[in-house]
Amino acid sequence: MKSSTAAFLSGTLFAIGLGVSGMTDANKVIGFLNAAGSWDPSLAFVMVGAIGAHLGTFKWVTCRDNPLCEDAFSIPTRTNIDKRLVFGAGLFGVGWGLGGFCPGPGIVSCITGSGAAVTFVGTLLLGMFLYQVLNAALSKRLTGGGLGS
Amino acid sequence: MLQSIILAVLGGALIGLSASFLLLSLGRIAGISGIVGGLLTPSSGEVAWRAAFVGGLLVGGLALMLALPQSISAPASRGLSSVALAGLFVGVGVRMGSGCTSGHGVCGLSRLSIRSLVATLTFMATGFATATGIQIFAGGVL
Repeated sequence: MKSSTAAFLSGTLFAIGLGVSGMTDANKVIGFLNAAGSWDPSLAFVMVGAIGAHLGTFKWVTCRDNPLCEDAFSIPTRTNIDKRLVFGAGLFGVGWGLGGFCPGPGIVSCITGSGAAVTFVGTLLLGMFLYQVLNAALSKRLTGGGLGS
Repeated sequence: MLQSIILAVLGGALIGLSASFLLLSLGRIAGISGIVGGLLTPSSGEVAWRAAFVGGLLVGGLALMLALPQSISAPASRGLSSVALAGLFVGVGVRMGSGCTSGHGVCGLSRLSIRSLVATLTFMATGFATATGIQIFAGGVL
């Protein structure tokens, strides 16, 4: 199978999983994150199903020398817990509670043409792009401007 | 509520299997923000599979629209300016924090990564604090 075919199938299955689980219902997400209303805890079980399925197959998959369509696995190796991780995750959570969308459900919901989903994804991409460009410029300056070794 | 929980587990399992399939076929982590981020500042050999994955997300969304139309709904209690600000926060936050609900929450926790556990606990906490705060201080509508 070609890499892009596999990625396409994976994306399709991912979106269907999001929809079946309730994650693409932004009102349900807000009802889950709002502990002061009529709290709906059911979305916590999305994690249970997802981690259950992925944890169960992760070891089996990574026992292989290489993946089916590529030469090597690209699995994150960083273990450091720094301010950037905590501040970034914190800011993401604020946006999640404010809008009711995280990136996957926002992109999937765009297909309906809903003004909220399209607006969210528009500013999501803008925010990601700005951070990536600024971060790249900053690290280039820090490593190339005589400050680094 | 029971039906909601069963669907959550079932849908979650599909998400987990999708992540396993991506790992098995491409050796990649199914972190949505990382996959999309790589399209915004592209490097060679990194575009086609990412674009195909995002295409799959949209086609999956189309299937949902046709088969389970009630499964996709926009936030009724949030105005467009709130949603716009939310997108900006999420966009900067997920790149700064190297992941979102899928990359840290599903894939990272399944790898038993402490870094992802810290990220997940942090965004869950601030997510709860924000939505609960909006309920308490703004009557749940913003």
